[in-house]
Amino acid sequence: MARAVTQQRKIINTTAAWAVGLLIFFPILWTILTSFKTEAQAIADPPVFLAFDWTLENYGVVMERSNYGRFLWNSIIIAGGSTILGIIIAVPAAWSMAFVPSKRTKDILLWMLSTKMLPAVGVLYPIYLLFIKLGLLDTKIGLMIVLMLINLPIIVWMLYTYFKEIPGEILEAARMDGATLREEVIHILTPMAIPGIASTLLLNVILAWNEAFWTLNLTAAKAAPLTAFIASYSSPEGLFYAKLSAASTMAIAPILILGWFSQKQLVSGLTFGAVK
Amino acid sequence: MFLRNALRAATALTLVAAGSAAADTITIATVNNGDMIRMQGLTDDFTTKTGHEVEWVTLEENVLRQRVTTDISTKGGAFDIMTIGMYETPIWGANGWLVALDNLSEGYDVDDILPAMAGGLSHEGTLYAAPFYGESSMIMYRTDLMEKAGLEMPDAPTWDFIRQAAAAMTDRDAEINGVCLRGKAGWGEGGAFITAMSNSFGARWFDMDWKPQFDTAAWANTLNFYKGMMDESGPAGYATNGFNENLSLFQQGKCGMWIDATVAASFVTNPNDSTVADKVGFALAPDTGLGKRSNWLWAWALAIPAGTQKQDAALQFIEWATSKDYIELVAANEGWANVPPGARTSLYENPNYQAVPFAQMTLDSILSADPNNSTVEPSPYVGVQFAAIPEFAGIATEVSQEFSAAYAGQQTVEEALEKAQALTIDAMEAAGY
Repeated sequence: MARAVTQQRKIINTTAAWAVGLLIFFPILWTILTSFKTEAQAIADPPVFLAFDWTLENYGVVMERSNYGRFLWNSIIIAGGSTILGIIIAVPAAWSMAFVPSKRTKDILLWMLSTKMLPAVGVLYPIYLLFIKLGLLDTKIGLMIVLMLINLPIIVWMLYTYFKEIPGEILEAARMDGATLREEVIHILTPMAIPGIASTLLLNVILAWNEAFWTLNLTAAKAAPLTAFIASYSSPEGLFYAKLSAASTMAIAPILILGWFSQKQLVSGLTFGAVK
Repeated sequence: MFLRNALRAATALTLVAAGSAAADTITIATVNNGDMIRMQGLTDDFTTKTGHEVEWVTLEENVLRQRVTTDISTKGGAFDIMTIGMYETPIWGANGWLVALDNLSEGYDVDDILPAMAGGLSHEGTLYAAPFYGESSMIMYRTDLMEKAGLEMPDAPTWDFIRQAAAAMTDRDAEINGVCLRGKAGWGEGGAFITAMSNSFGARWFDMDWKPQFDTAAWANTLNFYKGMMDESGPAGYATNGFNENLSLFQQGKCGMWIDATVAASFVTNPNDSTVADKVGFALAPDTGLGKRSNWLWAWALAIPAGTQKQDAALQFIEWATSKDYIELVAANEGWANVPPGARTSLYENPNYQAVPFAQMTLDSILSADPNNSTVEPSPYVGVQFAAIPEFAGIATEVSQEFSAAYAGQQTVEEALEKAQALTIDAMEAAGY
């Protein structure tokens, strides 16, 4: 009897999980479907779900009009570069906060997180002027630095949480065996925190890939990533929904594929230390 | 003769050599619409003629506005040409942010630009942006539904006629709404429409002392008429409908009339996208007999920011893109119905273009809008559906949010007007008026 109840609960849970999953995924699914419609079908009322004449025309138009490869390359470099830069800075920072905390460590962590509460537009002009002075406007390196700084609080926080789960005694033992600080961080701490670092890395890539305020405001033609590619198909005066959907699908496809293949690492990293 | 030809050849060779030697790559910020996309597709012609390469940054209208404003106000130099409208041009020209277009070549024929456009893109008589295309607003209506209702659309109807016709054309069972109008919040969406409409009801944003005027009977009449008519004959949820939503409804045969931008005429008469392409008529935007119609005036224009290092190449591009030759080039490639409208007088004298069904009504609409004298009572600002002051965009966005809330029934028209008056007074006082 108890087993039957468990089975029933299992079915309910599974159904509920699928329902929630599909609900969350529906906007993406709808975007993908719309990308295969004509502009007239895209605005049809009532909307058509699957019974329409599937066409690749929108993808053809988008490929002809835009240099997708350049936008994609810029996105890869900017998201990848900012993540690597962030990890390089965040690992030692999180190590010091987790293993040699000071009286103010908690305050510093909270202060770092509080910078995320600042509306980005509030510092647009100072950063824009700095970029002009430093010659960083419309450069990939400029964006890598800005996105790294924006995401650094989250990276440090996540790594700090993972590092806190690692027993300090192991590092102490390494030190007694003569390991230097560098060796301790690179050869002892990092391998043990790989799941946490991997999920932090993936999450940061996703955040940097999707960032649309700074990537639109600090670029022009040379360093513009896929967010600018999508923005070029949006229009308040003219119906371009099918083409916009095709551009959106092309922009999210790489990150969707990356997320799909790395979901195990993401979940294990995000739940690392959640259950003791 | 030989000598003359030799001289010509030598001059041409020198020009080509000079052009090649000074070939630049210019960056142009622009919006995403049919005319701009066509221009991007034809850029090779410019490169062949001048040697200059072009890089495009295409953005959604509001994103573009924010992006280019940041760049020009900081003299960032990210763009060599910016696509801007009639709202920004006089303000930025006055600030010294734009290069004056006072040295255009003789062959360009600057006097051919429609006077209303040249006036709206100038500051103190100096042109600061060249119109790529211009638009006004007009009535687009279903000729079959009008006939079925037993009515005939005058060339210049009144608002009372429109309300009567809308009620007669409405057929809720057949999902036909008599009239579709913008109600969406935003200064360039519902805000633009209601401001243009208010002109015909004798309303204005400010009196000559810059005092807000939302507490006047003219504004109450405008909003009450709009809401009354839309509640009777408009589509469900009209408070959130903008240009695209109404275009979609009209193309699907769900609107009897639509009053909006003249550029929409080419969309609704395109049989590839519109189910009612062969049943569309055009008329001037309505009035109330007070001497002003409810049509607006707008232009997307090309301007050179003062921070550019490539002024010569930028000027050459502007001359190419806004020239008579460019219009001929588009006509040869895409047909006369697709040439950028509303910028040059000569276009409307061209018999090929006169054959386009909406050409004359577009011109008449443009000519009947005067940005320097847009209201019945005198007003201190330039602009038909906006007041060309830097504070306007922010204020009008908030005001239009109050109006949209009234359309949606979340507050009364009186409450919306009271709030609009209060917030405009606050903003204008803060701005030092």
